[in-house]
Amino acid sequence: MHVETDVLVIGSGGAGMYAAIEAARSGAEVLLADRSLIGRGGATVMAQMTVAVALGSHTPDDWTFHLRDTLQAGRGLCDQRLSRLLCEEGPDCILQMEAWGVGWARKDGRIMAAMAPGHDRARCVYVDFLNTGPAVSKTLRAVVNKTSGIRKAGDLLITDLVSYDGEVVGATALHLASGAPITIAAKATIVATGGLTRLYRRNSASANMGGDGYALALRAGAPLIDMEFVQFFPIGHLAPRLIGMDPIMWDPFRYKLGGRLLNGLGQEFTSRYGSHEDGAYVLTRDLATYAIVKEVEAGRGSPHGGAYLSFEHCPEGDLRAAFGPVIDRLAMNAIDLTRMPVEVAPIAHYHMGGVAADARMETEIPGLLVAGEAVGGANGANRLSGNAVTEALVFGRRAGRSAAARVAGMTWQPFRPRAAEVALDLLAADGAPDAPNSADMIERLQAVMANDVGPFRTRERLERATARIDDLAGQLGERPFGDGERFDMRRIDWFDLRNMVLVARVVAQAALRRTESRGAHQREDFPRLRPEWCVNQVVRWRDACVDLVSISPIQAPAVAQ
Amino acid sequence: MTAIARLRVWRGLVPQTGQFEIYEVPFEPGQSVLDGLRWIRANRDPTLAIRFSCINANACKECMVEIDGDTAYACTARLEPREMTVQPLSNKTLVRDLVTEIAPPAERFRT
Repeated sequence: MHVETDVLVIGSGGAGMYAAIEAARSGAEVLLADRSLIGRGGATVMAQMTVAVALGSHTPDDWTFHLRDTLQAGRGLCDQRLSRLLCEEGPDCILQMEAWGVGWARKDGRIMAAMAPGHDRARCVYVDFLNTGPAVSKTLRAVVNKTSGIRKAGDLLITDLVSYDGEVVGATALHLASGAPITIAAKATIVATGGLTRLYRRNSASANMGGDGYALALRAGAPLIDMEFVQFFPIGHLAPRLIGMDPIMWDPFRYKLGGRLLNGLGQEFTSRYGSHEDGAYVLTRDLATYAIVKEVEAGRGSPHGGAYLSFEHCPEGDLRAAFGPVIDRLAMNAIDLTRMPVEVAPIAHYHMGGVAADARMETEIPGLLVAGEAVGGANGANRLSGNAVTEALVFGRRAGRSAAARVAGMTWQPFRPRAAEVALDLLAADGAPDAPNSADMIERLQAVMANDVGPFRTRERLERATARIDDLAGQLGERPFGDGERFDMRRIDWFDLRNMVLVARVVAQAALRRTESRGAHQREDFPRLRPEWCVNQVVRWRDACVDLVSISPIQAPAVAQ
Repeated sequence: MTAIARLRVWRGLVPQTGQFEIYEVPFEPGQSVLDGLRWIRANRDPTLAIRFSCINANACKECMVEIDGDTAYACTARLEPREMTVQPLSNKTLVRDLVTEIAPPAERFRT
């Protein structure tokens, strides 16, 4: 089957939905594709926490202050054009969300902002209770539904971008519900597929964030940047088993109530690692991750291999005032915070790296744009709390606008069927009957990444990981598993693994080459920041090999330090 | 002895020819039915079709199935150390195994 559109948007999280809305409002016909349901997967809907934006509604603020904090957190590696765009246009996007119906928490009639680590003032807006991402997603879904010119296509797994004459001219896809191979002709394609947290065993995002957008762009010839910088969220829920809640839920609890972080012996321990735990929430993500991992290595972890987080000193009335119905959901999981601590441990949360793009969200390849977490560079070596939803909205809107501007002048479809032949041949393959268990292969890859490409790295671990990733790539082979029937899970896993293995290899090799510690990339064999490494690593896919070169970070003239 | 959950799972591509398969899953207190189904995929049969994205947060609302005859989210229904029957939604068009057509018509791909 074949379909044609002006703008193809791949992924329907916050960035993809906003890109689709903006492109359609600018006059383009849009096909909004998602591998699962429209507006339900991805990271935005999972974001229970806050959105950083310099509204200044209570404390005076300015986007340049937000930018200063963002650049500082990025440890010298931010692409300042992108950081500036994020901070400067954030307030407008947040107010647009409000106009569309997001009920930001208010105090004295004005939008309320919370303090978060790394920000110089209260700057993080939210929706109670733990409802920021769901509220943003729901609002964007409603606007998508009201906007004419957007065709929605769920159950559509994009397998490859199609290139012709040096441009991206569309994509091939597997329609999961029917098993049919699809070609899509598009004058512009926006990759809005989110990050790569699925590469890790314990992660805070949905199962469809396996780095597929990075792999699609890389195979189409677009460079990636900063791929070694994976952000771990230090206090992801570990135990007791908790269902119906996202594992990053404890962050808002800490914003509002502080809480105490304790080791397996019930002792406060973060002072050993340079930061006192005085009941306030001041500990940055990198330091907290380090402190917990080291405490576990020293044999002082909690029973499941993390730390305890305790709110036992908080009166029940305070807990209920701060989190209302969430306390009942915890009770259904037999968790009573007034009587017991929970166990927490670092969990893969966000990817700073991504597809290299300019401030129009255009990549090096004409016809290929990118939006949201799939973009690399705005956050450098470490992302501040609250910048992820901001970039989803700002970059999504910008990408939609740029894509519409590109297609406005195009009267023809540059797609050529023969350019899609190789990708279609892959979709038509008959899988081998003796293929390995694809779901088990995903778990093995997640174990390799968690064990050896986690927050703390050494040459030995990264080389071992690279060898194991190569081994998994060998088992995966060149032809898809499965029979191509409808909802063929082995085939879905194979196309996912094809992307995951490629992106895992890129992360491991970029981490191996960076012989220093900076932000989210910590090398135990090179524990210090080295000035000569104040460079971005650019990744290209050349002759089936990962090619890495270093470039100086891009400065924006208006924000020279 | 390890406790076991016996999951009786409906498998098939068309309603008339499908059948139940029984899988014995190691049981740990606090697990969800989705945890059990994911265990089956990684350890017994990767072809078992189930729709989910968020795994645990009950945010994506994709894993709706019938458990012991009642409609439920597999990610929030507790796994129990007994026999449990898991079937696709009976009021939705079957795609395969536990996967049904749950998207509103306007959100489905069509040429």
